[in-house]
Amino acid sequence: MSQISTTRPAPPPARPGAAATAVATAAGNAQYLTFVLGGEMFAVGILNVKEIIEFGNLTEVPMVPAFIRGVINLRGAVVPVIDLAARFGGKPGVAGKRTCIVIVEVADGDTRHDIGIMVDAVSEVLEIPAAEIEPPPAFGARIRTDFIAGMGKVDGRFVILLDVDRVLSVDEIATLADIGRPTTILPA
Amino acid sequence: MDELTSTFVTESRDLLAEMEAGLLRLEQAPDDRDNLNAIFRAAHTIKGGSGVIECRYIERFMHKVENLLDLLRNDALPVTPELATLLLACSDHLGTLLDVLTAGLEAPDAATSARGEKLEAQLSACLPCEEAGAVPVEQAPDVKASGGGVVSLDGWHISVRFGRDVLRNGMDPLSFLRYLATLGEIVSIETIADAMPDAAAMDPESCHLGFEIRFQTRASKDEIEHVFEFVRDDCTLRILPPRSKIDDYIALINDLPEDAMRLGEMLVRCGALTQAELDHGLAVQRAPGAAEGEPLAAPPIGEVLVEQQVVHREVVEAAASRQATVSQKKAAEARLVRVQADKLDQLIDLVGELVIAGANANLLAHQSGRGALIESTSVLTRLVEDIRDAALQLRMVQIGETFGRFNRVVRDASRELGKEIELVITGAETELDKSVVEKLGDPLMHLVRNALDHGIEPPAVRAAHGKPEAGQIALNAYHDSGSIVIEVSDDGAGLPREKIRRKAIERGLIDETAALSDQELVNLIFEAGFSTAEQVTNISGRGVGMDVVRRNIQGLRGAVDVRTTEGEGSTFTIRLPLTLAIIDGFLVGIGNASWVVPLDSVVECIELPGAADTRDYLNLRGEVLPLVRLREMFEVGGEVPARQNVVVVQYAGHKAGLVVDALLGEFQTVIKPLGALFSKLRGIGGSTILGSGEVALILDVPALVELVASAQGRTHGEPRTRDLRAVP
Repeated sequence: MSQISTTRPAPPPARPGAAATAVATAAGNAQYLTFVLGGEMFAVGILNVKEIIEFGNLTEVPMVPAFIRGVINLRGAVVPVIDLAARFGGKPGVAGKRTCIVIVEVADGDTRHDIGIMVDAVSEVLEIPAAEIEPPPAFGARIRTDFIAGMGKVDGRFVILLDVDRVLSVDEIATLADIGRPTTILPA
Repeated sequence: MDELTSTFVTESRDLLAEMEAGLLRLEQAPDDRDNLNAIFRAAHTIKGGSGVIECRYIERFMHKVENLLDLLRNDALPVTPELATLLLACSDHLGTLLDVLTAGLEAPDAATSARGEKLEAQLSACLPCEEAGAVPVEQAPDVKASGGGVVSLDGWHISVRFGRDVLRNGMDPLSFLRYLATLGEIVSIETIADAMPDAAAMDPESCHLGFEIRFQTRASKDEIEHVFEFVRDDCTLRILPPRSKIDDYIALINDLPEDAMRLGEMLVRCGALTQAELDHGLAVQRAPGAAEGEPLAAPPIGEVLVEQQVVHREVVEAAASRQATVSQKKAAEARLVRVQADKLDQLIDLVGELVIAGANANLLAHQSGRGALIESTSVLTRLVEDIRDAALQLRMVQIGETFGRFNRVVRDASRELGKEIELVITGAETELDKSVVEKLGDPLMHLVRNALDHGIEPPAVRAAHGKPEAGQIALNAYHDSGSIVIEVSDDGAGLPREKIRRKAIERGLIDETAALSDQELVNLIFEAGFSTAEQVTNISGRGVGMDVVRRNIQGLRGAVDVRTTEGEGSTFTIRLPLTLAIIDGFLVGIGNASWVVPLDSVVECIELPGAADTRDYLNLRGEVLPLVRLREMFEVGGEVPARQNVVVVQYAGHKAGLVVDALLGEFQTVIKPLGALFSKLRGIGGSTILGSGEVALILDVPALVELVASAQGRTHGEPRTRDLRAVP
C-alpha cells in the first residue's frame, strides 16, 4: 500500500473531469481503484466501483461490437461486460488467471446502470491528492483523450484516471451496437 | 404535500376521470339518472374532500358545480349540449386546480383564477333560482308546492334535543356537534330554540336548545349515536338514515314536541324534505278530518303511509334500487386496494427470483434421482407457477381505460374542426401489462389526432364522395400469437400516395427515380420530419407525429404499420409483444449456449432434413418455409452437429424456421431486460437466468425474421410489409 498524502494546505481546485469521477475526501484527496490492463496502470474513482468479481460464466451476445464480451448473472441481475482493452481499440483481452470483472456504476442522464469491465488484474485502492493529478496529454496515451480524466502521479509513475461515464457511455455503446460489428472500434 | 392531500389528489383525479366519462355519456343519454347521480356523487365527494384538507378554492368552485349538477339531477334544468360543454370545461378547470394543489401553491395564479371566475359566472348564470329558493321558504310556509329548495337525498337526518341539565353536567352541546363534524360533513344545521322561555324566566344554566342536522357521512348509525354517548340519558336523539321515506320524516315531525308546521319548515331548510313533500304529507294527514289539535292521532298517519306508499311507490322503488347499486359500487370500491407501483414491481422481481430458484432446485432434484425429492420439487414448481401467474395478473390492466380517454379527444376535436366524428371502441377488455399501457398513450394520441385532422374529411367533402357525413374512427385491440395488436382506423380520405411521394422527394427521403411499392410508399410517413398536412393545425401537423409514433412503438419492441386505400380510409396497426416479466419459453441449444424462443410463437419442431443443408428454405408439407440459420447469424463457432433441428415459428401470419442444434424443452422464463446498452440490438428480446445460473438470451422472433428478410432481400415468400424499416 502506498499512501500518498499531501502537506500542502490549499490544493488547487480539481479539474472538472477529475471531479466528475472521484469525489474528493477531506483535503481534496480522492480514492481510486487501480488495475492493470495490457501492462498499463489505470484507475477509476472508488465511488464508481460497486464490486469486483472473478471472471467467468459469461454469456456471449451476438451481433454486437467485439468489445461487448457478453452478459453475466450478478445475483439475479443481468449485467453487460465490456472488454476494456478492445474498447480502447486494442485486441480483445484474453482471460487469464487474474482476470477480473469490476462492476462500476455509470450515470446516463437520471438513470444509473451497472456495467462490468474486464481487466487483466486488480491492484489496489490509492488515495491520490488533487495536486498530484495532471491534465491528460494531448496525444500519446494510446487511448482516446476524452476517456482520460487525468494522469495521477503515484510513486513517480503515471496512472491513467479513467472518465468512466465516457468510457462506458451507454449512448455511444448502444449506437455502436446498432451499427453492428464495426471493423474499427474507434468512432471518428 | 402531506399524506392527506396526496390521497385527496389521487382520489380526486380518479373521480374527475369518472366525472368526465359521465359527462360525455350525459350528452348521449341526458335521461340516464344513474349516470347523473354518479357525476353528482363524484363532484360532491371532491368537494367534501377539499373541505377536509381545507383547500378553499377547490371547495368553492366545486360547490358551484355541485349546485348546477343538483339542479340537473332534480330535473330543475334540462341537460343541453351547452351545459355539458360548460361542465366539461369545469372538470378541466378542476384538473388545473388539482395541479395547483399538487404543486403546493397557496392559490391558483391570476390566469387560472380568472378562468375559474368566468366559469363560476357561467355556472351562476345557469342557476335561475338558487338564491331565490332558500329564503322564501322560511317566510312563506304556504308557498306553492313545486319542489323549492335543494334536497340532498343521501344524507342522514339527526334530530337532537338536549336536556335541561346538560350544561350543569359539564357538557357543551357544541362540542358534540364539532365531534360529529369529524365523522362527515354537516350539510346544514338548524337550531331549535322554541323551548327557550322568556328572558326573564330563563335560567342561563339550563339548556333549551335542539338541533336539526343534515349530515353526510359514511359512518354507521351506531357511530353517529356514539357521538352523543355522554348525553344519551340527557337528550332526545332521533336519527333517520339516508333516503328515509317522507313518512318517516312526518312521523319524526309528529313525534317531536314542537309544532309540526314549524318543524316541517326546519326540515325543508335542512334539505331533508322539499316544501312540496311536506305540504303534501301534512295535508294528507289532516284530510281525514282528524281534529286540528290532535296531530299525533295514529290512524291518519297510517293512512298517510298507505297514501304515500301508493303515490310514491315508484319513487321508493327507484330509491331502493339506487341505494342497492350505490352500496354495490361502494363495496366494489372497498375491495380495491391501492398499491404503489414499485412495490408491485418488487414483488414481480421476487417472484422472478423464485421461479429461477425453483428451476434450480428442480434441476438438482432430477440430478439426485431421489423420487421423493423430485415429487416434492414438482409440487413446488406447480405452486410457483400459480404464484407467477397470479403475480403477473396483478400487473395486467385492460386497455379500455386508455381507449376511453379518446372519447373526449374525439368529441372536442370534432367540434373544433367542424367535423362529425364517431369513436367506436372494440376489444376494450384486452389486457396488457401496465408498463406497456402507460407508454402507449402518446403514440395512440398521435394516431388518433392524425386520423381526426387528416383522415376524416369535412362533412361536405364526405357527402360529395357519397359517404355518410359522420366519420368514424375505430380503436380495436386483440391478442394474436403472443402479441397484442392495436388498430386505429378511420373511414376518411386515406393517405394520398402521390402527395407522399412528392413530399418524400422534396425532403430528400427518396430520389425521383426510386421505384417503391405502394406499401413502401405509405410507410414513408413514419420517417422523421414528414407531414402531409398543408396547414399546421391545433390538433396535429407539426411534422413530428409519425416518426415519434414509430420510435415509441419500437421502444416497446413493437412495430407499427399502415394500410390505406385512397378515399376509403386507413388503418394503423400497432403490434406489441406482451412484454410480461415472465413468459413460457422454449429452450434451444446452439453451440454451448442456450437460447429461449417464446413458446407463443412456436408452431412445431422438426428435424432438419439432410437435403436442406445447402438451401435456405424447406418444404414443409408443400409450403415453402424460409430458414434462419442461427448458428451462422450469431457467428457461433465450433462443430456443427450431425443432426440439426428446425423450430417453426409464426409471427403475424408469416412462418419461418429457426435452425438450431438441440431442442431442450419448455422452460419458464423470467425476462430480464438487457439494459440500455443493448437498446438498439434487434433480434434479441431480453435475457433470462437458467436454473444453472447461466444467462440465456431470448430471441425476438419478429425482429429476427425481419432482420433476415431485410438482409437477404425479398427472395423468399411474399414481400414483407415492413422491409422499409430503417437499417442504417
